[in-house]
Amino acid sequence: MLGKLSWSDIPLHDPIIMGALGSSTIGAIALLGLVTYKKWWGYLWNEWFTTVDHKKIGIMYIILAGVMMLRGFADAVMMRAQQAIAAGGNEGYLTSHHFDQVFGAHGTIMIIFVAMPFIIGLMNIIVPLQIGARDVAFPVMNSVSFYLTVAGAGLMMISLGVGEFANTGWTGLAPLFEKEFNPGVGVDYWAWAFQLSGMGTLLGGINFVVTILKMRAPGMSLMKMPLFTWTSLTSSVLIIFSFPVITGALTLLTLDRYLGMHFFTNDMGGNMMMWNNLFWMWGHPEVYIVILPAFGIFSEVVATFSSKRLFAYKSLVWATAVIMILSFTVWLHHFFTMGNTVNVNVFFGITTMLIAIPTGVKVYDWLFTMYRGRIRFTSPMYWTLGFLTAFVIGGMTGVLMAIPGADYVVHNSVFLVAHYHNMLIPGALFGYFAGFSYWFPKMFGFKLDEKWGKRAFWGWMIGFLVAFMPLYAVGFMGMPRRAAHYDDLSWQPYMITAAIGTAIVGLGIACQVIQIVVSIRKRESLVDATGDAWDGRTLEWATASPPAEYNFAVVPVVGDLDAFWEMKENGTAYKHYPVYADIQMPKNQPYGVIIGGLALAFGFAMIWYIWWLAIASLIGIIATIIISGSNDNDGYLIPASEVKRVEDLRFDRMKQAAKEEENEKSSKEEVYEYSDKNN
Amino acid sequence: MSTVTKTTNIAHDHDHGHHDQSEIKSFGFWVYLMTDLILFSTFFATFAVIGKNYAGGPGAKELFELPFLFIETMLLLVSSVTFGFAMIAMKQGKKQQMLSLLVVTGLLGAGFLGMELYEFVHMIGEGAGPDRSGFLSAFFTLVGFHGLHVTFGIVWLTVMFIQIVKMGFTTGVQSRLERLSLFWHFLDIVWVGVFTFVYLFGLI
Repeated sequence: MLGKLSWSDIPLHDPIIMGALGSSTIGAIALLGLVTYKKWWGYLWNEWFTTVDHKKIGIMYIILAGVMMLRGFADAVMMRAQQAIAAGGNEGYLTSHHFDQVFGAHGTIMIIFVAMPFIIGLMNIIVPLQIGARDVAFPVMNSVSFYLTVAGAGLMMISLGVGEFANTGWTGLAPLFEKEFNPGVGVDYWAWAFQLSGMGTLLGGINFVVTILKMRAPGMSLMKMPLFTWTSLTSSVLIIFSFPVITGALTLLTLDRYLGMHFFTNDMGGNMMMWNNLFWMWGHPEVYIVILPAFGIFSEVVATFSSKRLFAYKSLVWATAVIMILSFTVWLHHFFTMGNTVNVNVFFGITTMLIAIPTGVKVYDWLFTMYRGRIRFTSPMYWTLGFLTAFVIGGMTGVLMAIPGADYVVHNSVFLVAHYHNMLIPGALFGYFAGFSYWFPKMFGFKLDEKWGKRAFWGWMIGFLVAFMPLYAVGFMGMPRRAAHYDDLSWQPYMITAAIGTAIVGLGIACQVIQIVVSIRKRESLVDATGDAWDGRTLEWATASPPAEYNFAVVPVVGDLDAFWEMKENGTAYKHYPVYADIQMPKNQPYGVIIGGLALAFGFAMIWYIWWLAIASLIGIIATIIISGSNDNDGYLIPASEVKRVEDLRFDRMKQAAKEEENEKSSKEEVYEYSDKNN
Repeated sequence: MSTVTKTTNIAHDHDHGHHDQSEIKSFGFWVYLMTDLILFSTFFATFAVIGKNYAGGPGAKELFELPFLFIETMLLLVSSVTFGFAMIAMKQGKKQQMLSLLVVTGLLGAGFLGMELYEFVHMIGEGAGPDRSGFLSAFFTLVGFHGLHVTFGIVWLTVMFIQIVKMGFTTGVQSRLERLSLFWHFLDIVWVGVFTFVYLFGLI
């Protein structure tokens, strides 16, 4: 009935796991209790869970990323604590089997369940607004994408308490992950969580390519698209070209483990290195999938807060496109040491170094945009400047490792750990944080508190440097990555420093949590009444904050790269029309939740060999797809009168705000006059 | 700007939205087919890497029979032709003809699938199952994955048959049939690749 599952699979004897499990279960029960007590279920179901509105789906993606980031960070703290103490005679507080699961979970969570949902969430919220569209091309599929990611995240969380997680790292390790060496459920949890969310991402990639190519406002040619839209497009193209490969590779692994096939085995005609090739054929483009949109965010932030047009827009677009293509030609640099011929290594070494050129172009473009601009040092700008300084260091270590001979020295050492955290924390995560605080007023109608935002930045920036710079050094000294214990005591001071750095990052995260709480409490004074919180340049700032359900009452006509800036210059921004037309919008649908829930059941059933449940949920998924696919009446009309009511309300609010500002100004002037007289 | 020009703009915008919808869906489906093709090429590449690793087991020459495969292939190719005629019937509004051609297409697809299953069962019975060697793992996965697509194609075809009977040729049904036809022809093209790459190259 329950397959392999039994009570002994719940690790009741392990105080660390039970502590984590207990606190998260209590937290979840408290949350559910609160929602039930406040009778929020109906509201949540109707307004959020079944929504097909890209803005709400985007917000849910970001919440998911935030929750999973706390879990991933907890894993990081555990690893740093272990490595700070487990030297010489001290075995540390984690068994090596547990430690192995922690680093696998940390990597999987941070890439698949933090970076991906965070950036796809931002893309969801902003891309349709930037291109003047009312939703994405396939709103229901968008909801399905989200819930498949949730299903994967659900499996990750369940693996914490029921069974175990993979001890083979987030990248998988052939042939260690084969049934023969890993008969438990850990690898299956990893594979199914990965597989489900990967399929969701794949559908999302299709959605965004079609949205961006087909639904732009009239006048917005490709070379007039804002840079975040451009990078979202290239990122989506990378998704549709690379995610099928990981879907395929994980399918092959699943067949190995479930049907005894021989793809990645060491005997019977399997080929272990094929796993590395397939994984990194996806894995390297994946790095750019998470990092390119962050580059787009930096571009938007730099232009807005320097109050200047982006420097050399065309070169930024071309650099993005070149990185997109080159990212498919470098995967082998992840395993120079596998025993290729020299020529193969040289080829991939050169292509890897080539990527530094378009990336360098971008760095200069951002610097020249700031040059002679009137820079406003807001927290998005802090994240951007922090990124620029830290990312250049990471880029240089990357070029160093692109030399195959040098890579032999540092391969699989913590030098590599330092390098890719140096790329992904400033490169991707700082970008998302910049985007989050930049677009927060667009999402919720009020800005984030700047003081706590800057404190959060300093926590992250200093913490990152203290945590990862020592790893470069100790990597050169020969410390291998993923070590639960080491004998060389000269490494320990570095690892203790790194642990202190992690604590400082923790302070940064605490500041972010406080920032959100403080901002919600002060939302009246942080309100963004105009919809244009930062004197922005692109179309998303032409809508209200938060935007009406239909985004644009009248689809704008675009004449320039900085479309909204141009409108403000011409005086065509904020047009209040006396008449509006009806607007057709997609209706909310429960299909996403249903498919996501069934996918979670399917994954869990496959992991535990509960075949009846697997078959039932698969049939359920297919039936739901057929029902949703046969439904032609999925839209409804917002009458023109309702559009007019919403728009009138917005303009009243704007007038009110303008009046208040005027009053404030004149009262200030009075004070000045008064003090002038006194002088 | 006067209200009059603005309302005409709005009206135009409205029409525009309706006109694009099925084009957007068809473009999205093309993009999906491309991703599916990449998934197939992953399996093709896998077959290229380990397709000769017999591990002491039977190889292509012992297992494949060309006359059998010829019939199997013809079933699928002809089903593509009948689907093409079905689409012509749809464009002419001939519902009965369309339905009967869909039935023929579905039966041909089922025939192809039956032959493939027979081949699989036969091979497993001979001790040449997917767990025997790297070659056979890659073979069963690539060919089986294509077979799985044909199965989904037949399920989809059945659903569309019911929709035509119940709803008639509505815009939605027609646009879904267009996409199903793309899918069916796509499977045909992939099969040409499988047939050439796996069977013919294996028998050389």
